[in-house]
Amino acid sequence: MNAFQETTVVIPPSRRMLDLQAKPVAPALRTPASAQEPPKLQVEKLDAWYGKTHALHGVNLVVPPRSVMAAIGPSGCGKSTFLRCLNRMHELIPGARAEGTLLLDGQNLLGRDVDPVSLRRRVGMVFQRPNPFPTLSIRDNVAAGLKLNGIGGNHDEIVERTLRQSALWDEVKDRLAASALSLSGGQQQRLCIARALAVEPEVLLMDEPASALDPIATAKIEDLIHELKSRYTILIVTHNMQQAARVSDQTAFFYMGDLIEVGPTEKIFTNPSEKRTEDYVTGKFG
Amino acid sequence: MNRLRWRKGVNAFWTMMSGAAVLAAVLPLASLLWLVISHGAPGLTPGFFTSLPTPVGEPGGGVGNAIVGTFFMVGIASLLALPVGIGAGIFLAEKGDGKLGSVVRFTSEVLSGVPSIVIGIVAYGLVVARMKHFSALAGGVALALLMVPSLARSTEEFIRLVPSALREASLALGVPAWKTSLRVILRTAMGGIVTAVLLAVARAAGETAPLLFTALNNQYWNTDPLQPTASLTVQIYNYAISPYEDWHQKAWTAALVLLLLVGLLNFAARFLSRNRLQGAPR
Ligand SMILES: Nc1ncnc2c1ncn2[C@@H]1O[C@H](COP(=O)(O)OP(=O)(O)OP(=O)(O)O)[C@@H](O)[C@H]1O
Ligand SMILES: [Mg+2]
Repeated sequence: MNAFQETTVVIPPSRRMLDLQAKPVAPALRTPASAQEPPKLQVEKLDAWYGKTHALHGVNLVVPPRSVMAAIGPSGCGKSTFLRCLNRMHELIPGARAEGTLLLDGQNLLGRDVDPVSLRRRVGMVFQRPNPFPTLSIRDNVAAGLKLNGIGGNHDEIVERTLRQSALWDEVKDRLAASALSLSGGQQQRLCIARALAVEPEVLLMDEPASALDPIATAKIEDLIHELKSRYTILIVTHNMQQAARVSDQTAFFYMGDLIEVGPTEKIFTNPSEKRTEDYVTGKFG
Repeated sequence: MNRLRWRKGVNAFWTMMSGAAVLAAVLPLASLLWLVISHGAPGLTPGFFTSLPTPVGEPGGGVGNAIVGTFFMVGIASLLALPVGIGAGIFLAEKGDGKLGSVVRFTSEVLSGVPSIVIGIVAYGLVVARMKHFSALAGGVALALLMVPSLARSTEEFIRLVPSALREASLALGVPAWKTSLRVILRTAMGGIVTAVLLAVARAAGETAPLLFTALNNQYWNTDPLQPTASLTVQIYNYAISPYEDWHQKAWTAALVLLLLVGLLNFAARFLSRNRLQGAPR
């Protein structure tokens, strides 16, 4: 209940409409050229449980390569669960399991012969709450994935590039050896984004990456997403409708464990097929 | 108005009562420190740290060999106990939710409840009786038996304190689970584990009973693990139960040395854990 009210507060319908009208998105952005290629990610009849709690019910969707999909929906509807199924982090929670078909480049991720460790190298993740390594410096945090996985190359250069991409470089370039805990929450989140980018995944899962960021850093992250789109496939969870509208090609609306509707972002926000989607995106839920 | 006065009175009364309770707790410690320092300090010369014990009546002499012996045996004990204790702690934290885990946990709980004199007898049976003579090794084994359960327990606790978000962060980077355990989780818990090790070492250094019939004693320098070895605690015991005034004085001074040593270890542990807290998230 609270969540819905929150949503209403955050996005007054008037502002949202204004925003969409003020920033018409170029059609080219909306329909990625890659839509004709075989899908990067194909989800069929995905079910997920936490013990007896049935958190996702038969989700079906397709993500083309080099595109951005936003997952929206009220709190507790299963967005994080969905994301965590995609890199098999879900199964790490005691009692949790997932069933269905998850195809990454046509290969079933839930298959018995799939090694979740090498899968996670290809599908990176930024978590809802920032989780830097507290004993490591800023530099070592970014390079952690490279070091732990024994990936060679010029780490200093990768650190600088990814920190620039995540809009953190200017704030930390003079104290790369300082503890990651000396950063603010929002800076820590950008550090985690840089850490995920450093290992160069093919798919990037971002669970509310901007929820702890100020508008300037948020804008930089959104720019980053636009930039990354030329190489990566991105799924992003957000509670911010404007953000979903700004960054994504497709939007998926979840509600109580069901995928209610998925489609081109413009359609979801202006002309959704489902009444519940319309009520949610216009902020007058129920 | 009247009520306010009454409440102030009650407040003053209980403030005094708790002050008295604090005094009752601190007094014994303060008087212990005072007693040891005042009796021990006069004998505290540089030679006391470096020379061998002398026979009754002969001036000078010290507990140099006992200090070395204590370090030597605590070193042997650490060599044996650290891998086992910390390894068991890692196991309990990472895989300890099953049946084997609860068996290990129960065993270590029982072991930590065993009186130290019994541990001494066990080490006597295990090592001394077989080798047919007392040795530093036997003393080290006894001290190791004492250290293992507390090490396992605190290692487990410090590892469990590491937020699961860190494990997830590492796994999500495609780092295998075993590497995550060793290089992320253990590393993050390391500050706490080092503190636990220092406390366990301090405790072992202060034990007498397990050494009485394992390492016995030695009037000379010894760094042969297969020979009987002096230790500060047993030396204090021997001096204290002797009938000689001269040796009683030495018992006090040796007690002061031991107190300093253990205090230093505790202080170091304190210092490390405080530093760790300062690095905590804001
Ligand atoms: N570890 C867990 N154990 C049991 N149930 C869980 C667990 N994590 C999530 N759930 C349940 O699964 C459902 C979906 O949770 P999920 O975290 O995916 O929601 P969400 O859409 O990400 O919400 P939010 O917007 O608040 O992050 C919720 O009903 C939640 O209570
Ligand atoms: Mg979530």
